[in-house]
Amino acid sequence: MATAAQRRIKSVSYAKYGYIFVAPFFIVYFIFMLWPLIETFMLAFHGNGNTPKLDEAGTSINCFVGLDNFKTILFGGTDFKSMGIHERFVRCMGNTVIIWGGNFIPQIALSLLLAVWFTDMRVKMPGKGFFKVVMYMPNIITAASVAGLFLSLISNSPYSVANNLLDKLEVSAPGFYNFIEGITPDAMVKDGDFFFSSDKWASRVIIMFIQVWMWFGNTMIMLMSGIMSINGSLFEAAEIDGANSRQTFWRITLPLLKSIMVYTLLTSMIGGFQMFDIPYMYRTGSTLNQYTETAAVFIYDMFHANFASPSYGYSASASVILFVITSILGAMVFYVQRDKHAIEIKKKRKQAMKEAKKKAAQGGGLGL
Amino acid sequence: MSKKVKYASDSGSYQTSIMVKSVLIFIVLVLLTIICLGPILVLVINATRSNAQIIESGVSFLPGTMAIKNFKTLMNDGLYSAFYHPLIGLKNSLIIAGSCCALTVFFSGLTAYGLVVYDFKMSGPMFTFILAVMMVPTQVTSVGFLNMIVKMGLVDSYIPLIIPSIAAPAIVFFMRQYMLSSFPLDIIEAARIDGSNEFRTFLTISIPMMKPAFAVQAIFAFISKWNDYYTQALVLVSGKTEQLTMPMIVQKVVALDRVVDLGANNMAITLSIIPVVIIYLVLSKFIIAGVAAGGVKE
Repeated sequence: MATAAQRRIKSVSYAKYGYIFVAPFFIVYFIFMLWPLIETFMLAFHGNGNTPKLDEAGTSINCFVGLDNFKTILFGGTDFKSMGIHERFVRCMGNTVIIWGGNFIPQIALSLLLAVWFTDMRVKMPGKGFFKVVMYMPNIITAASVAGLFLSLISNSPYSVANNLLDKLEVSAPGFYNFIEGITPDAMVKDGDFFFSSDKWASRVIIMFIQVWMWFGNTMIMLMSGIMSINGSLFEAAEIDGANSRQTFWRITLPLLKSIMVYTLLTSMIGGFQMFDIPYMYRTGSTLNQYTETAAVFIYDMFHANFASPSYGYSASASVILFVITSILGAMVFYVQRDKHAIEIKKKRKQAMKEAKKKAAQGGGLGL
Repeated sequence: MSKKVKYASDSGSYQTSIMVKSVLIFIVLVLLTIICLGPILVLVINATRSNAQIIESGVSFLPGTMAIKNFKTLMNDGLYSAFYHPLIGLKNSLIIAGSCCALTVFFSGLTAYGLVVYDFKMSGPMFTFILAVMMVPTQVTSVGFLNMIVKMGLVDSYIPLIIPSIAAPAIVFFMRQYMLSSFPLDIIEAARIDGSNEFRTFLTISIPMMKPAFAVQAIFAFISKWNDYYTQALVLVSGKTEQLTMPMIVQKVVALDRVVDLGANNMAITLSIIPVVIIYLVLSKFIIAGVAAGGVKE
């Protein structure tokens, strides 16, 4: 009896510190992250523009417009402007999916192959550590610098390395790229230069390449740690049984790596919807490239391009849509990554509680 | 009758096939190394060549001699000097990334410690909450964030860039996992008996013991804040010269409509890459180990 009471007293006296220790985190989280999220939801139901008073069209930021913003960006409207916004949003979502897919599939294939090679005990090779360090390196370079780097290598500019090589090889057939729909040729661009950074597919493929270039090392190392957490004796047994590398990969590595692969897929999808830096900065000139504009760029541009009168409403409703998508993906990650061990302990504890209650009921009879 | 047992490893063909495979893999890895380093190398070499040389031929395997001239152009030419102040950018980035890094690591450690060491009623739900919000992307809340800081009058201030780093759910999660696996709770009990108060125990016993986790997370927090163009461009709306950070300056160079000097342009980008690469090479051991531990969330 005394011990139980003591324990209770002790836990009460120290619980206070628990709250004190976690308080700063939660206070800051509520102010700087949760409140902006709520604010975003509220803005999604309010108008655009920055006029302090309600204007005649009822579109100011203080004017409640219900689901109008969602209607506009998802289905368009009758007037020219809202049709434009709708088309732009749909195009941006499409771009996001295309660029994400075109970056994820080669990236996961390459990373998986490399991870298997790096963890294969049979392969003897010098400098494994060096290769790992080199392959992760692009990931830590500032995205702005990466965009600049690739613009100087391959872009609309006639002086970019790629166009320079094209000139050298004299591939500049007349009308090779004299005019592209919707893009007024820059004064600097000579006839016969390829518009790498504004051509529909060239620019997309380059951005996909940059994303793979930046992220494959990261994915590779994550998958490697996944493979290394597989019990080594399984590989040994397979080797003794005469399995070749291919069989080992398909029958042992891949099935055991499933949950990590799913985790990588889902987190990459969430990351894909946040893709901003490279699509925003890999462009020539000040106008955004309509073929590489992603959802995150749409959100940013809607309220940031014209800061004096931002389209908060459209931007916020697009954010809400993205939030819903990422929440669903996040819930899936949660499910895949759930701590099976902790769940088991919880179950056991519940069972023990039940039994204890039962015992108490049997013993005392007058439990309640 | 004795039959000699033949093992696969005895045969020459097994050894050869492994050798062939190793060589092939090595070749592929060398190619990938070239792909990873090639673009950076071309840039660095072009940073040392003059405008005319680059127009003449885009790629060169030998560095030029114009590095200093390019740097001078960058500092003095009217097109760049309006915004290109690398020392100011470096200072601002260091202030932001440094204080974010310190706050993130300290408070994440504190939060994880609170959740692990103390058995209080809300600790379960609080941890679930941290797990749940780990995946919320910054872009989604940015509209509300901007509107909020406009209302608070914190536009063009470093406060909204620095203070939010106190709350880093992913890092709290990582620290908690680390503490659960390698932090003996008995030592806290011992410290209590010796009369140490709770904060002192955290500061003088738990922080030194969690140094490895702190170090890895500090590196990642620093790099991610250093590279965070999005939030910086979001908050520093007017882009005053004395407030620009490194990524913002580079973005301005990249987005120049007219390019006077390709060499100077390449120099600007090179100068922004070099320090990051050097720091990375020095700390690469920790960084790779950290990624493997799954502690990175972008």
